[in-house]
Amino acid sequence: MSKTLLDKLWEQHVISGEVGEEQLLYIDLHLLHEVTSPQAFEGLRFSNRKVRRPENTFATMDHNVPTKNPEVIEDEIAEKQLSALRNNCQEFGVHLEDITSYNQGIIHVIGPELGLTLPGKTIVCGDSHTSTHGAFGALAFGIGTSEVEHVLATQTLWQRKPKTIGIRLEGKLQPGVYSKDVILHILAKYGVSFGTGHVIEFFGSTVTNFTMDERMTLCNMAIEGGAKAGLVAPDNVTFEYLKDKVTGDFDAAVEKWSRLYTDDISLYDQLLEVNVNEVAPHFTWGTNPSMGISIDDKLPEITDENDRRAFEYMGLNPLMSPDEIKIDNVFIGSCTNSRISDLLIAAEVVKGRKVNENVTAIVVPGSKEVQREALKLGLDKVFTEAGFEWREPGCSMCLAMNPDKVASGKRCASTSNRNFEGRQGKGARTHLVSPAMAAIAAVYGHFVDVRKELSNATICNS
Amino acid sequence: MQPFVIHKGRAATIMLNNIDTDIIIPKQYLKRIERTGFGEFLFDEWRYNDDRTLNPNFELNKQSNNDVSILITGENFGCGSSREHAPWALTDYGFKVIIAGSFADIFYNNAFKNGLLPIRLDKKSRDELSLLSKNAELTVDLENEKVIVGSQEFSFSVEKPLKNKLLLGLDDISLTLKHEDKILAYEAAAK
Ligand code: SF4
Repeated sequence: MSKTLLDKLWEQHVISGEVGEEQLLYIDLHLLHEVTSPQAFEGLRFSNRKVRRPENTFATMDHNVPTKNPEVIEDEIAEKQLSALRNNCQEFGVHLEDITSYNQGIIHVIGPELGLTLPGKTIVCGDSHTSTHGAFGALAFGIGTSEVEHVLATQTLWQRKPKTIGIRLEGKLQPGVYSKDVILHILAKYGVSFGTGHVIEFFGSTVTNFTMDERMTLCNMAIEGGAKAGLVAPDNVTFEYLKDKVTGDFDAAVEKWSRLYTDDISLYDQLLEVNVNEVAPHFTWGTNPSMGISIDDKLPEITDENDRRAFEYMGLNPLMSPDEIKIDNVFIGSCTNSRISDLLIAAEVVKGRKVNENVTAIVVPGSKEVQREALKLGLDKVFTEAGFEWREPGCSMCLAMNPDKVASGKRCASTSNRNFEGRQGKGARTHLVSPAMAAIAAVYGHFVDVRKELSNATICNS
Repeated sequence: MQPFVIHKGRAATIMLNNIDTDIIIPKQYLKRIERTGFGEFLFDEWRYNDDRTLNPNFELNKQSNNDVSILITGENFGCGSSREHAPWALTDYGFKVIIAGSFADIFYNNAFKNGLLPIRLDKKSRDELSLLSKNAELTVDLENEKVIVGSQEFSFSVEKPLKNKLLLGLDDISLTLKHEDKILAYEAAAK
């Protein structure tokens, strides 16, 4: 019988329960960070339970970590959450990448980096952007604190099987257009809830040509379309990425992983088609990720109360053109776009240029590993010479939970994934963009079409 | 979780409708890293004066109510946000039973998850109970779905699966662990 990729992943993990009802799924990898885990551990302690599979559980610190002098944590509550994680991991025997550890970083950046994220696995984390790991053909989704406790204690979860949406991406991206623009384009077209109750599988020639980093950016933001998870079937690009990261019989693993694909695209509950040839650089103007437009367009007219509120919060007017939008902050980072390829793209754009005098710009690598690679390539110098601040790894300005915040009323071009009211700080105004668009906005102090700013000799988007 | 079969205890009455989760536990206390310790902040704004001394007029602060474990209250108890901190605060304070006209959905489910029994009774019964409870202990018999005080009995009803979970003291995790053999078999096969 032919099956979708989701069918295969699901069937391989069902322990109990009837088709069509809640079923008990085995969880292969449980990722933890400091914010959503303390009460779960407390629950274990309270009921005298252990972590069932500490070897399948992995923790790091990312949300609260200061990116300047990470060792000095002034926020008492943050410090309490961090030391709680430290104590919990020690008590329950869970591996922790602490703030100063060699492999610390944003949980969704280091999982793949360390070869923990593998095709065919079920992966959960008390964090919605767990969808990132779907880029490897793993079934990966975010859970709440009670569920975190449930997984810690049982290594399982009761779940109802989601439906599937296949999104076929065909064509070749123009220079200066990236997978971030593609996902912003998809969200602008289909909205923030089209994926509710579904898993989105991305496929087609564009996806086949994407690197793992580009696939992760796509899947990372599948959740912004309301989907439970994003998926890409593993292929040679995946295997090549993993080659040096896994121990054991790699050929046997590849043989197993190679069976993870959708047999027949007519099996998807819905099929959407996107031609990426025409996708232009995008940016969001409003207060959810679907309120985005192409750099070729003007801001939209007001069509409803949501638009009106968004314009008001963002301090913008309908029909403004992108270059009229003045930028105060630029943030290059987050689990969406803080990998080495993202930093390379941004560095190419700013090389030999200067950050606009009205702009404060920071670059925050997604992990210690990304940071080390960037230092090796001298990217830190490129950024600092241009006037960027070069920081230590963490979630940073993606959310207002550590010292990196955008001030009220200020406007930030950000490579992160959420532009909700207050996300980067109370009253802060967020515009979601690709690393290239963020970098060029830092130079000009407003949005410009990055396609026109690239010397074709140096830039190609592989 | 402790099984809940019969509970005997004293009751306090706060006969107000729509007591929301913000009143039960204000949001400035949500940053705690524990599930316990919220009792101190239960009904915080009602319980304390601005200088953190106890407000003597608040029902729970009255001498006669210093060992209550049952709360008699109005309609739509626990409305507002989904915070599980609300039942955490009530149980941490010492409450085992809430008797209300009705409950907000999420609170109702959260209560069962935390071993707190929410009972729905009509206004007349609650008023009678409130009066009788001034001088007497109440007996809450979950098995037989009755609240008993002296010779008086008040019947209530609870959804079967939720009742069974409480009677046996099963939480979701204990229930899942009943599939332990299957989980073990899965793990063995996956090796
Ligand atoms: S970078 Fe942002 S979206 Fe990603 S895990 Fe951290 S806070 Fe969440």
